[in-house]
Amino acid sequence: MAATLDQIFILLRNWLTGFLPGALRPVANVLLSVVAIVCVFPGLFALTTVFERKGLARIQNRLGPNRVGPFGFFQPIADGIKSLTKEDIVPSSANAAVHFLAPLVLVVTVFMGFAVLPMGRNMALVDMDAGLLFFFAMGASTELSVFMAGWSSRNKYSLMGAMRAVAQMISYEVVLLLSSVAVVMISGSLSLEKIVDAQSHFSGIFPNWYIFTPWGFAGFVMFAIAATAETNRSPFDLPEGESELVAGYHTEYSGFKFALFFLGEYLAMFSISGLGTTLFLGGWSAPFSFLTWVPSWIWFFGKVMTSIFVFIWMRGTLPRLRQDQLMNFAWKFVLPFTLLDLMDTALWRFMGEGWQRWVLCSAILAGAFAMMGRLGMRKKHFGPRSYRYAE
Amino acid sequence: MSVAFYLIAALTLAGGLAAVLLKNTVHCALALTVAFAGLALLFLQLDAQFAGFAQILVYIGAVAILVVFAILLTRGSDTPKDGVFSQSWLVGLVIAAGVFAVLGWAVIESVRVLPQETATPAVTVHDIGNALVGRYVLPLEIVALLLTAATIGAVIVAMHEKERSR
Repeated sequence: MAATLDQIFILLRNWLTGFLPGALRPVANVLLSVVAIVCVFPGLFALTTVFERKGLARIQNRLGPNRVGPFGFFQPIADGIKSLTKEDIVPSSANAAVHFLAPLVLVVTVFMGFAVLPMGRNMALVDMDAGLLFFFAMGASTELSVFMAGWSSRNKYSLMGAMRAVAQMISYEVVLLLSSVAVVMISGSLSLEKIVDAQSHFSGIFPNWYIFTPWGFAGFVMFAIAATAETNRSPFDLPEGESELVAGYHTEYSGFKFALFFLGEYLAMFSISGLGTTLFLGGWSAPFSFLTWVPSWIWFFGKVMTSIFVFIWMRGTLPRLRQDQLMNFAWKFVLPFTLLDLMDTALWRFMGEGWQRWVLCSAILAGAFAMMGRLGMRKKHFGPRSYRYAE
Repeated sequence: MSVAFYLIAALTLAGGLAAVLLKNTVHCALALTVAFAGLALLFLQLDAQFAGFAQILVYIGAVAILVVFAILLTRGSDTPKDGVFSQSWLVGLVIAAGVFAVLGWAVIESVRVLPQETATPAVTVHDIGNALVGRYVLPLEIVALLLTAATIGAVIVAMHEKERSR
C-alpha cells in the first residue's frame, strides 16, 4: 500500500498511457509529465500568494484578504480574472517585440528548470547526467529576460531596475554555483537523482542529509542567501524597491503580462527551493527512518513549502538592504566564505571517517565566521543602540 | 542529418544573420543570443550535454549579458546617422569569405584524412570531469591563474578610476 501511494502518479500515468499503442507511449508519458508540472506549480503559486498575503498580514497585525470565499482563499481566482480582463497597455515608445517577448522568455526558462528536479522516487521528468548544470544554465537565461523587460520599456525606472537586478543576479549566481559545487564534490555526480540517492540512507534513525555536516550547513546558509538574492526576494528586493523605482523592471507591464512576471518570480522561488531541498535537505527522502512509509513526494513538496514559508517569514521580518551593502555583502563576505567552505569540503572528503573531521571542519568554519564578522565590523564604529520615540 | 538538425541550423543562421543585419544594437545582441542558443542545441543534438549546457551558461548567461551591458554603458542603442554598415564592407566580405573557405576546406579534408567513427563515442560528464582534474589538470590550473590575474586586473582598473575622479 505504501509503495503504491509512493508511486501513485507514475502508476496513474502509466495506466493512462496504457490505452495508447506502444509506439506512442514514451511521447505520451513525457507529455503527461510536462502537463503535470505546468499544472501543479502554477496551482501552488496561486495557493502561495494567499498564504503570503495572509502571513504578511499576520506579521503586520492586519487581517489580509478575507472577502473572496472562506477566509479569502479564493482571492487568486479573483486576481486571475482581474489580470486577464485588464487592458494590456504597451507604452508608445516601447520596443513592442522585445516588450512582448520578455515575460514569455522568463516563464519558459523558469519552467525548464523543473525538468530535472526529482520530486519523488522516480519522479524526475528527465534524469540527466548533467542535471545540475542544466538547472543553472536555465537559471542564467532568466537574467536576459529581466534585461529585455527593463530595456524595452523605455522607462528610466525600468532600466535602473533591470540593471540592478542583473548585477545582483550575476553577483549571487557565483555564490549559488560555488555552494552547490561542494555537494557535487562529496556526491561525485552532477545528476540530481544521484545526489538524492547519496543522501537517502540512514544512520540509526537519523538521515544522512548534507545539511547535517559542518560544510553542508555552511553551504546551505550561503545557498539560501544566494537563492533569496537570485529570486529578488526581500531583503534583496532592491530591483523592485517601490520607494525608489516604482516597481523595477516590470513597471510598464500591465494585465496578463504582469501576471506572467509575477508567476515567473514565484516559479523561480519554487524551483530554487526545490534545488536547495535536493542538494542539502535530502530531496524526497524522509527525515527519520521510521517515517519512510510516507510517500516520497509528500516529503519533497513539504520541504519546498517549508522553504517558501521561510521566504515569506523573512520578507515580513527583514528591512531592505542598500545597493552598496548588497554588493559588499556578496563579494566581501558571502563569496570568500563560500570559497572557504569549498576547501573545508575537500578537507572533509579526504580526512576519512571519524570524529576528528567533525571537530576540525566545524572549528575552521566557526573560526572564519567569527573572524570575518569581527573584521567587517571593526571600522564601522557602531555605538550602543539608541531609541528615539515620538513625543 | 535529421529534420531537427535543419531546424536548429536554420534558427542559428537566422540568429546570426539578424545579429549582423538588424539596425538596433540591442536587437543585434539579442539576435546573437538566439544564435548562441542554436549552437547549444546543436551540441545537445550531438549528445554533448556538457558542451551544450556550458554554452548556455557561459554564452547566454554571461557573454550576452556582458554585451548588452557594454552597449548600454557606452552609447545608446539608437542607430547612428551614417547607417550601421561600415565603409569597408567589401574588405570585410573578402576576409569573411577567405575564413569560410579555409574552415570549409579543413572540414571537408578531415572527412578524408581522419578515420570515420562508426559508433558515437559515449562521453559522459563524469569522464570530462575526470579528464579535467586528472590528465589536463595543468592547463586547467593555468586557465585558473589567468582568470585570477584578469580579475585582479579588473579590480585594479576600477580602483584607479575611483582615485582619479576625486
